[in-house]
Amino acid sequence: MAAKLLNSRLATLVFLAIIIGVIPYLAPSAFYLRVAAVVWVFALAALGLTVLMGYAGQVSLGHAGFLGIGGYAVAIGPAQFGLHPALCLLIGAVIAGVLAFLVGRPILKLKGYYLAIATLGFGVILSLVFHSESQWTGGPDGMQVARVTLFGWRLSGSANWYWVTGGALLIGAWLALNIGASPTGRALKALHDSEVAAAGSGIDVSAKKLAAFVIGAVYAAVAGGLLAAMNGLITPDAAGFMHSIELVAMVIIGGLGSVLGAVVGAAFLVVLPQALTFMHDYEQAVLGFLIMAFMIFLPAGIVPTVRKWLLERLS
Amino acid sequence: MAEFLQLVFSGLTVGAVYALVALGFTLIYNASDVINFAQGDFVMIGGMGTVFLAAAGIALPLAALMAIVGAVIVGLLLHRLAIEPARGASPVALIMITIGASIFIKGIAQVVFDKQFHSLPAFSGDTPIQVGGATILPQSLWVMGVALGLFVALYLFLEKTLLGKALLATAANRLAARLVGVNVTIILALAFGVSAAIGAIAGVVVTPITLTRYDVGTMFALKGFAAAMVGGMGNPLGAVVGGLLIGLLEAFGAGYISSTYKDAVAFVVILLVLFFLPRGLFGGRSVERV
Repeated sequence: MAAKLLNSRLATLVFLAIIIGVIPYLAPSAFYLRVAAVVWVFALAALGLTVLMGYAGQVSLGHAGFLGIGGYAVAIGPAQFGLHPALCLLIGAVIAGVLAFLVGRPILKLKGYYLAIATLGFGVILSLVFHSESQWTGGPDGMQVARVTLFGWRLSGSANWYWVTGGALLIGAWLALNIGASPTGRALKALHDSEVAAAGSGIDVSAKKLAAFVIGAVYAAVAGGLLAAMNGLITPDAAGFMHSIELVAMVIIGGLGSVLGAVVGAAFLVVLPQALTFMHDYEQAVLGFLIMAFMIFLPAGIVPTVRKWLLERLS
Repeated sequence: MAEFLQLVFSGLTVGAVYALVALGFTLIYNASDVINFAQGDFVMIGGMGTVFLAAAGIALPLAALMAIVGAVIVGLLLHRLAIEPARGASPVALIMITIGASIFIKGIAQVVFDKQFHSLPAFSGDTPIQVGGATILPQSLWVMGVALGLFVALYLFLEKTLLGKALLATAANRLAARLVGVNVTIILALAFGVSAAIGAIAGVVVTPITLTRYDVGTMFALKGFAAAMVGGMGNPLGAVVGGLLIGLLEAFGAGYISSTYKDAVAFVVILLVLFFLPRGLFGGRSVERV
């Protein structure tokens, strides 16, 4: 019974919903809600990587580029064309998806190190574009994002954003869980184990990998749009190499392929710098150390390790 | 013509540094199948270490030597503490470990050193030399000369010494090398140490031209990686050619197209090479075994 519960999709969603629902009653101040909202946004972006890396086993070291596309869409659309931010969020997701579709096919033919460096290069090029096209993007200093008004309701303040991002994360988690259980998800997991075997059982390997890449890009773009609108600011650093690495680190530290893992990993890497402000100078060193330590000593990630431990205790 | 020559000079200078970084990548990749993203940070340690030791009153040559030794120690520690314990991990895990190491080194460097840009005095003056209407800095000659010297030294080491041959044997087949009595652990440590030394030396000679800071390693690593990949991963000659090629393309891109996108050139090249020549210019064919 308990084991069944641990593996159930509904249980994961309910658990996540309870966490999101309870935090506002425990948070001592609006600052905590704000940090939590940032966690939900990054968890959403990390969920895209869970589909791509966890299910399909394809690494992307340039994923923050898609985050940047979503963010700049929400920034540029209202400022330059007078479009509604919600529409721009959709446009950003579409642009990211189309771009992923176009570059994904040649990139995803590559494997291992080659795939890593190709996605990395792609991400760096995107961040250079955001950096350099200053008439559109405001250059290295980034640009302001107009406040969002939805149906006459002005979206501002930590509490409002908390519920918007929390809701987005729940929807994203629900979709990711369902993708995992769908025929596409099973195909992705099959090609993760062996592409040759998957192709042999009639799976169109390159089409499925491409689908995972596009899904991952759309997740990142939506997260980027939410992040930019919430912060009221987007800078090229959001799309930079370091950010891509952090996203991958979230997925791996939390647990590759686990929806809850993406949330735990995001929480870990977002909250940690806040908790370490007293040793601010060492923030980067601590991040580097943690990535190394987790990869060496807990390669499966937090959530799968805890789940395995619980299952062993229960059985 | 003069402009063209000028771009060639500056391209070959940076290209020589990329080639050295790529050579470091190649050495470690051959010996251990690890792509070491911290390779660029060895360049930074060489440059920054020399700057700070020289500022502390140590003569420049001695300061450079100490910085290089420091980088070698960091390289050995990286191998011993981060790569060895993770033996058998997947490529992605190994990439993340070396990226973590790179972030860690940068994090420590900004505390031990500082966050400012630093330079070193040029080794033999700043008077430019006139060549066919273009000018070349004496320091550029230093960079190219040192790079050439290191290539030759590395070649002789790998081909003519027993230790070098043991390294090549380990690269070819680790198990077989162990069977004929090669101490594989020491060889792997050696590869990390030599790579670190090559990177640090590159850092020392290039700092008077490009300046250095705690985070310059990332770009060196990415460009050096691009160079190694363009040449065909694991091929030392390919690494050198790839490095010079990336340096030249970058210089021409900056000179004739747009200097804002100078840094993008290397990545566009990587993507094109990977799409059309997935094994690089000098890479062999690979067959997937099922």
